[in-house]
Amino acid sequence: MTVSDDRGQAASPTVTELPDAVTIDTEEGRLLAEKLADSRHHARRLLEVRNLSTHFFTRDGVVHAVDDVSFDLDYGETLGLVGESGCGKTVTALSITRLVASPPGRIVSGEIIFDGIDILKLSAEEMRLLRGRRIGFIFQDPMTSLNPTLPIGFQIAESARLHLGLSRGAADDRAAELLSKVGIPRARERMGDYPHQFSGGMRQRVMIAIALACDPMLLLADEPTTALDVTIQAQILELIRSLSAEFGTAVILITHDLGIAAGMCNRINVMYAGRIVETGLVDDIFEQPRMPYSWGLLDSLPRLDEARGTRLRTIEGLPPDLINPGADCRFSPRCKYVHDRCRVEEPELNPRDGEGHLARCFGTEPGGWIK
Amino acid sequence: MANRTGALEQPAAAGARAASLWGDAWRRLIRNRLAVVGGVIVLILFFLLFFGPLIAPHPYQHQYLPELIANDNRPIKPFTGQFLLGTDDLGRDLFSRLLDGAQISMTVALVVQAVVLLIGLPIGAAAAWYGGRVDTYLMRITDVVYAFPDLLFIILLSVTFRDTPIGEALDGVLLVFVAIGLVAWVGMARLVRGQLLSLKETEFVEAARAIGVSDFRIITRHLLPNALGPMIVAVTLGIPGAILAEATLAYLGIGAQPPRASWGRLVFDGQAYMRSETHLVIFPALIIALALLSFTFLGDGLRDALDPKLKGKQ
Repeated sequence: MTVSDDRGQAASPTVTELPDAVTIDTEEGRLLAEKLADSRHHARRLLEVRNLSTHFFTRDGVVHAVDDVSFDLDYGETLGLVGESGCGKTVTALSITRLVASPPGRIVSGEIIFDGIDILKLSAEEMRLLRGRRIGFIFQDPMTSLNPTLPIGFQIAESARLHLGLSRGAADDRAAELLSKVGIPRARERMGDYPHQFSGGMRQRVMIAIALACDPMLLLADEPTTALDVTIQAQILELIRSLSAEFGTAVILITHDLGIAAGMCNRINVMYAGRIVETGLVDDIFEQPRMPYSWGLLDSLPRLDEARGTRLRTIEGLPPDLINPGADCRFSPRCKYVHDRCRVEEPELNPRDGEGHLARCFGTEPGGWIK
Repeated sequence: MANRTGALEQPAAAGARAASLWGDAWRRLIRNRLAVVGGVIVLILFFLLFFGPLIAPHPYQHQYLPELIANDNRPIKPFTGQFLLGTDDLGRDLFSRLLDGAQISMTVALVVQAVVLLIGLPIGAAAAWYGGRVDTYLMRITDVVYAFPDLLFIILLSVTFRDTPIGEALDGVLLVFVAIGLVAWVGMARLVRGQLLSLKETEFVEAARAIGVSDFRIITRHLLPNALGPMIVAVTLGIPGAILAEATLAYLGIGAQPPRASWGRLVFDGQAYMRSETHLVIFPALIIALALLSFTFLGDGLRDALDPKLKGKQ
């Protein structure tokens, strides 16, 4: 591997001026642009998710994949969604873009206020204009998320052409600029190359370029580094971090790796079995986690300062079946500190020490039994 | 930025000529000798479609009776200097008639496949993309058409519309093309549906939705290019079927009306004199066989070349 700083830098031209509005060459686009401009004045936060529930209606029953989830995201903020597989992280992100496969999935209740408008009330066409333009999405596996039959330049330019009404040439310029911005050397020459000519890390860079093509306000990164090897992981994360800072893009980073979340995020939501079980600033979550599940996650991180040969710690047991979840605390079957109360009643998400620090646990509530 | 993210991976093979999917397929295709031979003959046939009448030594419908029967009262003559492949019972030049027949047969090849694509592609795509009830209805219609006896349907259609403006268009051949196309699209519909069903679950489709690409554009720009390989093969391999179907119909007297004649019709006309004047059957039959083989070889070659599983082999 070679460092090609000089090339990367030389190839990055000035940022293309992007029109502010959503595409306005359609009637729907114009209406949406007005709606967005209107709503901007009374939006205090970029994203407010209120009591979101997304269920999957399967033959075996209703899967409560996301159950009554609420959280906020400020403009330009980076939020981590952390939890083990199947806890509802990805479905939460898909719900925000309304990309949950339907059937079987459906957002059954809640509000998602994005930049002042409830996107659950938008028409399918309005939603389509919002995707890519205001909300970018980076998928987990760059090997399968790029179309093998289209040159990557086309795939990056597509979004700009769709949403910004750029001409073919202007969109290609934009694509080349983004490609060099995400650190692909000789960007202009590689525009006509196909995905199979790129390595995994390079493809994820291309995915990032696609997601950022229209300078979105929100970037959803669904385990962007899980499919990559560790050396590339750090580069990709750094790229997401620096570009989101440069563009002022808010990021929701979905990961099961608390280490990644710690390095990237302002705040962290810990999810378990379709619920948020703890939320707070990164420092609070790491220094004084108030939920046994968060301890479990932190404990299962391998550490540098422990003796060789120590076994990796795990959280015993499996997450519960999300079909017909009971009225108990969902973590209670796996919790070391469980009391009788946890088995019959589910705790509320309520405040702990620290700014915006909430946890869902009877044991750590004031007067609880866990110190 | 590049300098902030540190090391960069080197491009896959520095300096290597960037080969696209189609470039790879092309290289595999031209290595297949049979396919190349087939392809060349197909090209010649297409050349004849457009320029056949120009290179024909005689007008296909002209009867050279006075000269031919001057000596022995027989209009049918094999291999004379003037008539390359001999003449038929009405004293017409067989070679020129074959060239004219090429026009009909190659038009069949194209128009039938166009009808097949025009009907089969949207139906297959809609069934796959919308699924559920749409899929069920469209596929049941397809099944019904599939189950219908093809030849009977084509003959019925041809006979019913024979004296209408549609039946008379293009010397009666248009009706035959459309009739063949109307029964042949089911295979394409099923192929497209099958391809798209597996493709629409892929992540790059979800990624396209995530940047706000419309359904129509996803189908046309993202899905169909991925299904193009099998579709090209199906079209190529469908052509001999269409030529054969047309020849069958012509043999039964349906289709191009005299004095025009397709290859199948020439075989039919020639068989009356088969015992004594073999050239009247042999040459039309040979050229039909040649055309069918060429398209089949080309189609097989394309299938091998475009099959992603064979990538890297050969």
